[in-house]
Amino acid sequence: MGLLSGRAAIAGVGITEMTREPIGTTDQVAGRAIRLALEDAGLTKDDVDGLLINAGVTNDISIGLQRTLGFRNLRLMNHMNAAGSTAGQMVHYAALAIDAGMANAVVCVFADTPLRGGSAGAAYGQVRASTGVQALGPAYGFFGANTGYALAARRHMATYGTTHDHFGAIAVSNRKWAGMNPRAMQRRPMTLEDYHNSRWIIEPFHLFDCTLVSNGSVAVVVTSAGRARELRQPPVYILGMGQGHPGNPNRAGFENEMNTGAQIARETAFGMAGIDNDDVDLCELYDCYTYTTLVTLEDYGFCAKGEGGAFIEDGKLEPGGSLPTNTGGGQLSGYYMWGMTPVSEGVIQARGQGGERQVEKHDCVLVSTQGGVLDYHATLILSPHPSNA
Amino acid sequence: MTTAEPQAQSKPIPRPDEASLEFFEGARRGELMLSRCIACGAWLAPAARICTECLSEDLRWERASGRGVVFTFGVMHQFYHDGFIDELPYNVAVVELEEGLRLNSNIVNVPNEAIRVGMPVAVTFSEQGDGIYLPRFEPAGD
Repeated sequence: MGLLSGRAAIAGVGITEMTREPIGTTDQVAGRAIRLALEDAGLTKDDVDGLLINAGVTNDISIGLQRTLGFRNLRLMNHMNAAGSTAGQMVHYAALAIDAGMANAVVCVFADTPLRGGSAGAAYGQVRASTGVQALGPAYGFFGANTGYALAARRHMATYGTTHDHFGAIAVSNRKWAGMNPRAMQRRPMTLEDYHNSRWIIEPFHLFDCTLVSNGSVAVVVTSAGRARELRQPPVYILGMGQGHPGNPNRAGFENEMNTGAQIARETAFGMAGIDNDDVDLCELYDCYTYTTLVTLEDYGFCAKGEGGAFIEDGKLEPGGSLPTNTGGGQLSGYYMWGMTPVSEGVIQARGQGGERQVEKHDCVLVSTQGGVLDYHATLILSPHPSNA
Repeated sequence: MTTAEPQAQSKPIPRPDEASLEFFEGARRGELMLSRCIACGAWLAPAARICTECLSEDLRWERASGRGVVFTFGVMHQFYHDGFIDELPYNVAVVELEEGLRLNSNIVNVPNEAIRVGMPVAVTFSEQGDGIYLPRFEPAGD
């Protein structure tokens, strides 16, 4: 077990309303989540001495947030960006800084308000360049993240025989969980038939293969294990951390569409926590698409490469299943706060505060955050206990 | 009150810049031009500035075979841009060239339903508008 295991903890989480409606400017919404996180932890604004910021697709919060929110005691601050994986990494760097004595109470915040009267596609599919090779994508009709992930999913289907029934089973499972999460944006029951009948976005993806999009913000407060024990909420100890960033070389000999950074991040995080797959009670995985859940489960070693479809089709990810996964509805049916979706639900479950959807055994929660088109990955192993022993 | 007629809009037309000029000039001539590392021989994305394999900056333009296979593809149904409205659903594809590099493009001269991963393809060039040509790929014999 690594020296860092269990020495830092998440002591507070703040989740704003998740909505398609306008809810304020992005910095204002970020401040709202931070206020909620501090109230949750039982801390004041003046207790905060670290601030890590991650902007979403609207990209309109940065280090200026310190002034906007009047933080005056910061010993640590940065605007961080590794796309969707950033939330996990912010918690990593917060925990490292706390253990090194550089800060004591670090707020990590993500906020995004992409829905401003237009469609989600308008927010995520803008044409950003018209000059040079950067302009080739839109010229060929490559728009938004949907395209890259659909191409990756097709590769997996063609190579391993993964089917729409497999993807649909994941969408259906998420929706079952979402039905028990008051914060989830899509709670209406969904059948496999509903999944198959949902319109195409980009084949092989139906609408219900793709995340919804949310306006909102999530903040967490990271502090030392000792400090966390004195605060309002049950501490959520960080037992393991790891990252993996394979990128995509886009050349023969690489299959990065089917092999994510989770393979590398797992080694570091599981090693630090001293755990194996059998120890994991539940998973909170970045699920921007159904395929992302499937490939991530493979890469964490829950099944062999290529067998993700067969692995999940018995319903083991669902409520009552043997590997409860994305227990708040995930990004597909819950809310899309990039990596903060799995981080926030991981904290709720580790504390035992999931209400109707609470997973009974929650000693070891695997949280994974993921960004780019499977380029970047970060892992957290969370637990209500300070060690796995 | 009047409602403006929707304006017919073309697909996005890439404007060559200094770094990419040879790629677009090549496309107009009917040649697929890529960057290549002189130091290690790796084929690189067009207009690369530095080699992803050895970090050499000693690169040159070279003509690629234009032959490859469909590595993966998708069929777009979602409306994003007015210029594509009459083409929905259209395909987007990644082609793995014989040289090893993968390029984003479209597969042409074949129905979307007949496209397969692993299908052999060869480059062909079509005008995007304003005299700008782009490489696309069509089915080829083995």
